[in-house]
Amino acid sequence: MPTDVTATTPDKWTDKPTRSRSEAFASMRYIALKLISAIPMILGVITVNFILIHLAPGDPVSILVGETEPTPEQLAALYAKMGLDQPLWKQYIDYLFGILQGDLGYSYVLQRDVVDLIVDRIPATLTLMLTSLIVFTIVGVALAVYVARKPKSAGDQAGSFLAVLGYSIPAFWLAQIILLIFALELRWFPSNGMVSSRHMYEGWDYFVDLLHHLVLPAFVLGMRYLAINFRYARAAMRDALSQDYITAARAKGLSERRVLFHAYRNGILPVITVFGLNLTDILAGSVLTEIVFGWPGIGRLMYDAMYARDYPLLMGIFVFVSIGIILTNLVIDIVYSLFDPRVRQQ
Amino acid sequence: MSMTYSAPKPVRPTFRASVAKLHLNTSSTIAIAVLIGMLLFAFLLPLALGTPNAMGDLSFGPPSLAHPMGTDDLGRDVFTRFAYGARSSLSVGILAALTASIIGISIGAIAGYSRGIVDIALMRVSELFQVIPRFFLALLVIAIFGSNIMFIILTIGLLGWPEVARITRGEFLSLREREYVMAAQTIGQSKRKIIFSEILPNAMPPLIVAMTMQVSSAILLEAGLSFLGLGDPSNPSWGLMLNEAQQFLTRAWWMAVFPGLGIVITVAALNVFGDHLTDVLNPRLKGAH
Repeated sequence: MPTDVTATTPDKWTDKPTRSRSEAFASMRYIALKLISAIPMILGVITVNFILIHLAPGDPVSILVGETEPTPEQLAALYAKMGLDQPLWKQYIDYLFGILQGDLGYSYVLQRDVVDLIVDRIPATLTLMLTSLIVFTIVGVALAVYVARKPKSAGDQAGSFLAVLGYSIPAFWLAQIILLIFALELRWFPSNGMVSSRHMYEGWDYFVDLLHHLVLPAFVLGMRYLAINFRYARAAMRDALSQDYITAARAKGLSERRVLFHAYRNGILPVITVFGLNLTDILAGSVLTEIVFGWPGIGRLMYDAMYARDYPLLMGIFVFVSIGIILTNLVIDIVYSLFDPRVRQQ
Repeated sequence: MSMTYSAPKPVRPTFRASVAKLHLNTSSTIAIAVLIGMLLFAFLLPLALGTPNAMGDLSFGPPSLAHPMGTDDLGRDVFTRFAYGARSSLSVGILAALTASIIGISIGAIAGYSRGIVDIALMRVSELFQVIPRFFLALLVIAIFGSNIMFIILTIGLLGWPEVARITRGEFLSLREREYVMAAQTIGQSKRKIIFSEILPNAMPPLIVAMTMQVSSAILLEAGLSFLGLGDPSNPSWGLMLNEAQQFLTRAWWMAVFPGLGIVITVAALNVFGDHLTDVLNPRLKGAH
């Protein structure tokens, strides 16, 4: 008679109890609920955008076309696509399905599809954001773990001061000052762009050139990550260090390093969620940083679109970024629930 | 004979007692002093100074006795513009925070007091507004509808309400179960009276913290928008000054340094003050920040 071995014997090797079926079910249910809850959010973003097009002064077609002079064929095509003679709900449904199929509109200024324009800029923005995120999250968390042992020490005070500054400095102003000192006065780093335009580097040299351009903008953006991570990791570490299991670990006579590691594992999880919650602010900072440093990412694209009154592109970026934030938060929630089963019980 | 019940008048705490309750330490005292100083500076000094747009003979003059913050490309006194900038930035910050608070408190109060389906619906809407990138939406709205200062205040205020609403809702959910609220319901007080005179005053402490944070984030948001050239040109703010400074970075560092310092000092003081209030009002979190 075949029996389900895994369900009855505990896993000896990892010393952890096996996951019961109901737990697996709770986990699936949680993920499904999260997925479903993202749908109204995405619809909401698209609706906000639709309302803006129709609330704008003038007729929607002239808003989308802006100051460009499209060919009569293009105009006729746009009128047909928007279906302005149709009832509003029909226009809305068509607009909605267009976006869900990846149609973010057409830029009449740049004569290209909005999706292609955005996709072209994603690598630059991600390079800047991710480098900065990884480096300064590590620095911020490490700093927090380091000072958590000695509250009110000089290091703790200095870290907190730095965190307040990181929260209070407008990214674009820090960018201006850093640019002024390190690029324009000292000339240690280039002031503009992602790679040198004068030389065409390849291979390793290209990488070094990119890194050279990356230092200043990544630092400016990183101050914010540093502040956020330091602040929350410090609070989480403090909280974790005051728990009973830490007292127990100390009572067992574990070295202070092992004790800290115990606290660290539990103290660090909130940092992931905090990142998701701060994502909108971080993106705003990244747009402004890109603009000051001439970094060819989505922020710079948005700035150019603003000056050219390229509304389809502006709106496309808004929808794209909003959906990106919703999906990132969704992934964070799911990953978090895998790490911390308590979340799934809610 | 009808009897009307009226609650005994609460004893008003003295000013000194209120200050003692704040448990001021060095950093929060400095923060409060900076904030009061900045408010006086912003709202009194422009009265004594000339117009911010008066052009002098000296363009790009470095800081001197006559022009403590130098002059800009058009020979205008940067110090005068800084003072007017303080007025614009602080006004936008405070008015936008007020707008956000009025909307947020109303929505949060309705959600928390009525619970059920109304609560769920309102909280879903507030979640949507929390994930929407505020800066991008504000930029889009102002680019389409034009940059007039009232409009900027309204836009920033309309985008800030969800945080206030969530805190208000949380407070209302817990406070409405208290005995004094039940007592008020038992003696037949109207819903409005219960919300405004029983629950709201007790929900105020965390809301004051939230409003402080609203002011600082509104100042930063306005600065970012103005820096992109979306500010109201007739009301020079610190962000607008930084926008003008960008193209003259190497020629006139003072055009960029002073307005930026104004923003950093004000926002940092607000954040320190807000953190301190959080610590004082929520002893469980004491020392967490």
